[in-house]
Amino acid sequence: MMKQVIVKNLVKKFGDFVANDHLSFEVEKGEIFGFLGANGAGKTTAIKILCGLSLPSSGELTVAGYDIYKEREKIKKSIGYMSQKFSLYNDMNIAENIRFYGGIYGLDRATIKRKTKEYIEKLELQQYEKSMVSELPLGIKQKLSFLVAILHNPAIVFLDEPTGGVDPITRRQFWEMIYEEANAGKTLFVTTHYMDEAEYCHRVSIMVDGKIEALDTPEQLKVQFGVDSMEKVFVKLARG
Amino acid sequence: MPPKIIIDNISKSYGDITALKGISLDINANEIFGFIGPDGAGKTTLFRILTSLLLADTGKAIIAGLNVVDDYKVLRTKLGYMPGRFSLYQDLSVEENLNFFAGIFNTTIKENYHLIKDIYAQIEPFKKRKAGDLSGGMKQKLALSCALIHKPDVLILDEPTTGVDAVSRIEFWEMLYNLKRQGITIIVSTPYMDEAARCDRIALLQKGEVMTINRPDQVVDSFSKKLYGIKARDMYDLVKLLRNYHECESAYLFGEWIHFSTSYEIVKADLEKYLKENNMIDVQIEKIKPNIEDSFMELMNRKEEQ
Amino acid sequence: MKMFIIKEFLQIFRDKRSMVILFGIPVVQVLLFGFALKTDMKNVDIAIFDQSKDVYSQELIHKIISSEYFNLAANLSCTNDIESIFKKGGVREVIVFGPKFGENLIKNNHANIQLITDASDPNSANIVYNYTQAIIYGYLTNLNQAAEKPATIKVISQMRYNKELKSVFMFVPGIITIVLMLVSAMMTSISITREKELGTMEILLVSPVKPWQIIIGKVVPYVILSFLSALIIYFISYFVFGMPFSGSLVLLLAVSLLFIIQALSLGVFISTVSKTQQVAMLLSMFALLLPTILLSGFIFPIKNMPIVLQWASHLMPPKWFVIIIKNIIIKGNGFAIVWKEILILLAYTLLFIGLSIKKFKVRLE
Repeated sequence: MMKQVIVKNLVKKFGDFVANDHLSFEVEKGEIFGFLGANGAGKTTAIKILCGLSLPSSGELTVAGYDIYKEREKIKKSIGYMSQKFSLYNDMNIAENIRFYGGIYGLDRATIKRKTKEYIEKLELQQYEKSMVSELPLGIKQKLSFLVAILHNPAIVFLDEPTGGVDPITRRQFWEMIYEEANAGKTLFVTTHYMDEAEYCHRVSIMVDGKIEALDTPEQLKVQFGVDSMEKVFVKLARG
Repeated sequence: MPPKIIIDNISKSYGDITALKGISLDINANEIFGFIGPDGAGKTTLFRILTSLLLADTGKAIIAGLNVVDDYKVLRTKLGYMPGRFSLYQDLSVEENLNFFAGIFNTTIKENYHLIKDIYAQIEPFKKRKAGDLSGGMKQKLALSCALIHKPDVLILDEPTTGVDAVSRIEFWEMLYNLKRQGITIIVSTPYMDEAARCDRIALLQKGEVMTINRPDQVVDSFSKKLYGIKARDMYDLVKLLRNYHECESAYLFGEWIHFSTSYEIVKADLEKYLKENNMIDVQIEKIKPNIEDSFMELMNRKEEQ
Repeated sequence: MKMFIIKEFLQIFRDKRSMVILFGIPVVQVLLFGFALKTDMKNVDIAIFDQSKDVYSQELIHKIISSEYFNLAANLSCTNDIESIFKKGGVREVIVFGPKFGENLIKNNHANIQLITDASDPNSANIVYNYTQAIIYGYLTNLNQAAEKPATIKVISQMRYNKELKSVFMFVPGIITIVLMLVSAMMTSISITREKELGTMEILLVSPVKPWQIIIGKVVPYVILSFLSALIIYFISYFVFGMPFSGSLVLLLAVSLLFIIQALSLGVFISTVSKTQQVAMLLSMFALLLPTILLSGFIFPIKNMPIVLQWASHLMPPKWFVIIIKNIIIKGNGFAIVWKEILILLAYTLLFIGLSIKKFKVRLE
């Protein structure tokens, strides 16, 4: 089975500052991969490269089978991205947003219509059909953002702190959606500051000062560091 | 001793949206009081009313004997305030920011250095760096220092740890404990349930209403159901399966375990059998104690049903 | 691609501000330009110094005055009057007839007329001069129809205050006005709104700092910087363009300072009513730029505009500043002449300061 993401000795420098220092890891299809680290550790820089938004200074990288140097545009088309700020347009309604993003991803009209109907049913949004996105409750906005990010059925989805500020029930419903997609074969790359969410991942990597200092299943990491929670693993690593 | 802060029937609406619905509670001097709730619960609106930046539609609030509306001018000299977004000057350095805020409060860094010493020690190596170039955790520490520099009686912190990594969050709370020891009353809001346990008392806020006010341990004790921690190899399938179990009140992912709540007395063996029959592997079932998040979610569900 | 276009349309239509800019501004511009832009002149005030007072001079004078272009403001009786009537302002041209005008015309078939034109505004000076000349020659042609020998009239012209009709004389006052008005007002308006946008205003409010302290703190650096720019502009016009400074330098600088403070106060006022920096900038630019250029009188003579716009221009501080500057720099007039305009500027400054203090929001809503 093809590995969805293959990273070998990835380096990214800004002048003298090394943001990513020889990162190496691989991610399987259908894996929920947690990408953790303190602010400033280099996570955002790495994710931008993985999404095809910037080029590494050196090192190898393949995403969905495409090489970062030669086929960057193809990478951009094969991934979905959901940012912290929920990338929907506030002054358009749900259908308009889906139509817009569907158009960007090159979906035909019939598919867009079908997906719109599907999403409205799935999230029970019938009462919100005429409302602008800015009027939607936060939890719904968030779930909708996720669905829009996977509108074009990408093989890999990047989720950048997707559950910030949401109530605990919505947070868990969101993770159930993530599980569903992983079961269906999508690969999901997640960053988060909620340490309990680290436990939901199949494997977790923790970045410190530009390097990956730990990479394993949550269970193995807890054994390795002799603690009983991912939070304690993180604290041990970050504090040194 | 009378409570330091009295909030009496405060309501606030923005057009059609009701942000706060009749909030009433007291906060005692020298306690760390937490407002726990997700975005949209009303935390920021309430804090802005307390700091006299917004006018409530109804009700009144008294802080240290001062009315937030009538005595706002005096009140504003006695409060330390850290607003939700990072609001220091991004293009000034750490040192310059501190000097500025000390200046507008007619004091100097030297005068109250003992208050911010522990915090400042961590950002001092970066004192020449522009505030905009600091990492999230550092920014919050700087903002806290600036809010303290004039030795306020009451410190109001609006989501000071949002977006900050777990380690910095722990360090931040250690600083808050130190400040409490110095006699400052601290009001803090957070969406992180685990931080609730660190407060002396908490108010759980959801959609503009207070669901409960109590000490964290008492909030936890008020959890009305029995709670089990259950895990298996496939957590997602497990959660769906548990929800179909007859005695299940709720089943939620909780990190490593699924928290399964029920009003009934569960026979472990029966549950295990049910799970194994449905192809669950490596099943573990334990009776566990609830935490704040469990209580919050139960209260949320109870409200939905009303 | 199509999706993008549709989305943009939707967003534009739902954003009231964009609609105002797209449709409101062009309409206003066209109307303003259409009505304000009149390069022909009517009812220009002139003065006549008729030393001859004979049939011919009176006839010519009558012709000049009865045209719609000119309006007799004064009859001068001595040479000193010429200088003083120009200094007083209002009169654009003085027509001088020598003591034996009629006699020279008939006996010698030749006479001179002197046209002294106020050239501090070179554009209108030219126009006025040309009209006068046209009328004079029209009269001459008529006269010659009945005569056996054609007579000639030589028009001696003197462009006062601006011998070479240098347009820089016109531009410098205008440029200073625009630069100071725009930059000062824009900069302050953005600066305060930025604090609101970034959230730092929240902390400033919950502190002992009083609103007036915030305002003064913001305004002082810009006063100094704008004053420096004014100095630079004056410096360049004097040394590079050779523009003469006839009047008192001290008065000039003092009035410039007053104008700067006025513009800054206006900027502060704009910031108190703007929620975001974008709004502040748009307000500054469109509410100030266009009217300042059009209605301050430095390019288009105000006298020709419809009454409505003339009244509108009275409301603009820049208009008064332009008058003061022209008087000081070009005509060398002193405080005695311009005290009225200075008072008006002062009144505006106090008005804006007062409004700003009143409208400054001590709360967030």
